[in-house]
Amino acid sequence: MPQATVVESHPLDQIIRSDRMPHIWCPGCGIGIAMRCYAAAILESGIPVENHIVVSGIGCTGRVAGYMYLDSYHSTHGRAIPFATGVKLANPDLMVTVFSGDGDLAAIGGNHLIHAARRNIDIKVVCVNNFNYGMTGGQVGPTTPYTAKGTTAPYGNPEQPFNLPSLVGASGANYVSRWTTLHVRQLKQDILASFTRPGFSFIEVLSPCPIGFGKSNNIPDGLDEMELYRQRCVLIDNGEVDLDVLSIDLREDKPIYIGEFVARDRPIFQCVQVDR
Amino acid sequence: MSAPRVHTGKFFMHGDYACAEGALAAGCDFFAGYPITPSTEIAEHLSYRMPQIGGTFIQMEDELASIAAIIGASAAGARSMTATSGPGLSLMMENLGLAVMLETPCVIIDIQRGSPSTGLPTMAGQSDVMQAQWGSHGDYEIVAYAPSSPQEIFDLTVLAFNVADRFRTPVILLGDEVIGHMMERVVIPNEDEIMHWERKRPKSPPGNNGNYKAFLPDDDDLVPPMAHAGEGYRVHFTGLTHDEQGYPAMDADTHHKLVTRLIDKIRSNADQIIRTEEYFLDDAEIVVISYGCTARSARRAVREAREQGIKVGMLRLISIWPFPEQMIKALGEQANAFIVAEMNLGQIRREVERFVSQPVIGVHHAGGAMIPPEPILKEIVNCQLKTGEKPWPKVMILRSD
Ligand SMILES: Cc1ncc(C[n+]2csc(CCOP(=O)(O)OP(=O)(O)O)c2C)c(N)n1
Ligand code: SF4
Ligand SMILES: [Mg+2]
Repeated sequence: MPQATVVESHPLDQIIRSDRMPHIWCPGCGIGIAMRCYAAAILESGIPVENHIVVSGIGCTGRVAGYMYLDSYHSTHGRAIPFATGVKLANPDLMVTVFSGDGDLAAIGGNHLIHAARRNIDIKVVCVNNFNYGMTGGQVGPTTPYTAKGTTAPYGNPEQPFNLPSLVGASGANYVSRWTTLHVRQLKQDILASFTRPGFSFIEVLSPCPIGFGKSNNIPDGLDEMELYRQRCVLIDNGEVDLDVLSIDLREDKPIYIGEFVARDRPIFQCVQVDR
Repeated sequence: MSAPRVHTGKFFMHGDYACAEGALAAGCDFFAGYPITPSTEIAEHLSYRMPQIGGTFIQMEDELASIAAIIGASAAGARSMTATSGPGLSLMMENLGLAVMLETPCVIIDIQRGSPSTGLPTMAGQSDVMQAQWGSHGDYEIVAYAPSSPQEIFDLTVLAFNVADRFRTPVILLGDEVIGHMMERVVIPNEDEIMHWERKRPKSPPGNNGNYKAFLPDDDDLVPPMAHAGEGYRVHFTGLTHDEQGYPAMDADTHHKLVTRLIDKIRSNADQIIRTEEYFLDDAEIVVISYGCTARSARRAVREAREQGIKVGMLRLISIWPFPEQMIKALGEQANAFIVAEMNLGQIRREVERFVSQPVIGVHHAGGAMIPPEPILKEIVNCQLKTGEKPWPKVMILRSD
């Protein structure tokens, strides 16, 4: 029987509020993995730590702001993007990242998401998509697959979900990609890359929520979902992809496309300036 | 194109423009808003003026976004503001509570129109008064000012920014369509004569050894110094109940302590926040209380009643919240009757009733047209006739004229 080793410190302690541990996330949850990739990307970014700002909305993913040892802002449900817009415009030198959930960003905050993408404002969004509202106990949301079960859809979800990369790409973002919590190196690299590309960046991270989504949809364990990712993910590596094929239903034996979907340089939002 | 931040001079100026110029004079460098009558001219004027002074103007997708953006900007050190009217103020309510909880200074201009709902977009109202204080969920204390002229909208916008920064709190300016759309003389002073209260800032530099806590007041004014995003203090701000460091703390004691401090922070500094004007109050036996555009009619009514020899005066509420209860109680020692004139159906009248035992007579209108001096004068005369009769019949008149 292997013994657990207790270590005094961890290399990421300098960037994580270790005094806040243990975190609130369930065993098998993917949010911590996504946060770890963000933390590692910050350390590798070469950007001074004090210039990294994280803003979250509300939800299990929204708790990320409370665990990052950065200037960190846990705003209200849905409003992380406009809050971050204010931070960024007030101090354009800052690298402002929004870290939040699919429900927060695409349901209650959906209007801000498309408008921030349209404006192409220079903020980085990491969206943890666990196909449900985890925090409130597994209700269906804007990313829940059609007919999947949730605590507010005991007979199956009667609604069609958003295909988030397609939505954000069509809205005008400079950068859109998707990874899963299995793809930790790629995710970290991609977050790093988003720091260097001006404009609105949206990285969707598919993530297990065994408690909220998994248990009612026959994926009872976080590892089961990781295994699905391993079997089904298909990497798009030439950037050429029809955004329509990106919709996901974990219950079906279809490919889950991951990788970089949109990478372009539309003009970014800048405050109007006149010669003074 | 070059223009000064402070447009010193004497002008015949539109109220909404005076508000925008007041904001600039006060050092506002960030505006986010969404168009809505009768406040839109503020956004329009700032879209022209902000770029001239190197500030930020952004038109957001809605009012939810507008207030979130100004709170974020404030967290990064900006003096920030938005402008709206009733429907937009309703949308801002959740994040008004966030600004209270995060103690992020910001200014919300509400140019009131006839309400509820879409109401009378182009016509005046004063019926957001209670919403300003009670609209967001939970207990909190708000600061709100009500200008009665374009000059005062300039002056009070300047004051609003200073009070917001000094006490780390959102401040609402409760204008109304009459004042917002009125043209009148506005005198803008020299830049060095503009009031300037600083935001309290951390005294120790950032670093692990510094013991700065973003939500720990450093003296008995109950206001914690504020560090800004990007300064290296690595603060955490959350709308969850939090301890002095800003960390979530899910327990009843911390919650009670935090919420009472946020309220006491405003109440115990009320003498620095409250503004009123007294008009013929010295020997007044009848006291008229009014504010905003209605106070203009009330002033005329009081003057005419004085000409008839009636001992009447006016207390004009320049600040509405926190409510000047001590002052109203003191007037209760001298007056026989109170008249509250306001363009709503009794929001401040009920507040006055809480602090005096004398009859409080309301002159009310639901909004859409200014209350003229005549019905106020009529009530003053009625009160005068009844003086001496005991017990006083407690009457309340709802007027549609
Ligand atoms: C205005 C408002 N409505 C509803 C809620 C309740 N609520 C909290 S988190 C949440 C859903 C979060 O879902 P998601 O963003 O997907 O995050 P997850 O928990 O799945 O990471 C909801 C509905 C709230 N906090 N505020
Ligand atoms: S409910 Fe789901 S998303 Fe929330 S912590 Fe648990 S597993 Fe993670
Ligand atoms: Mg979710």
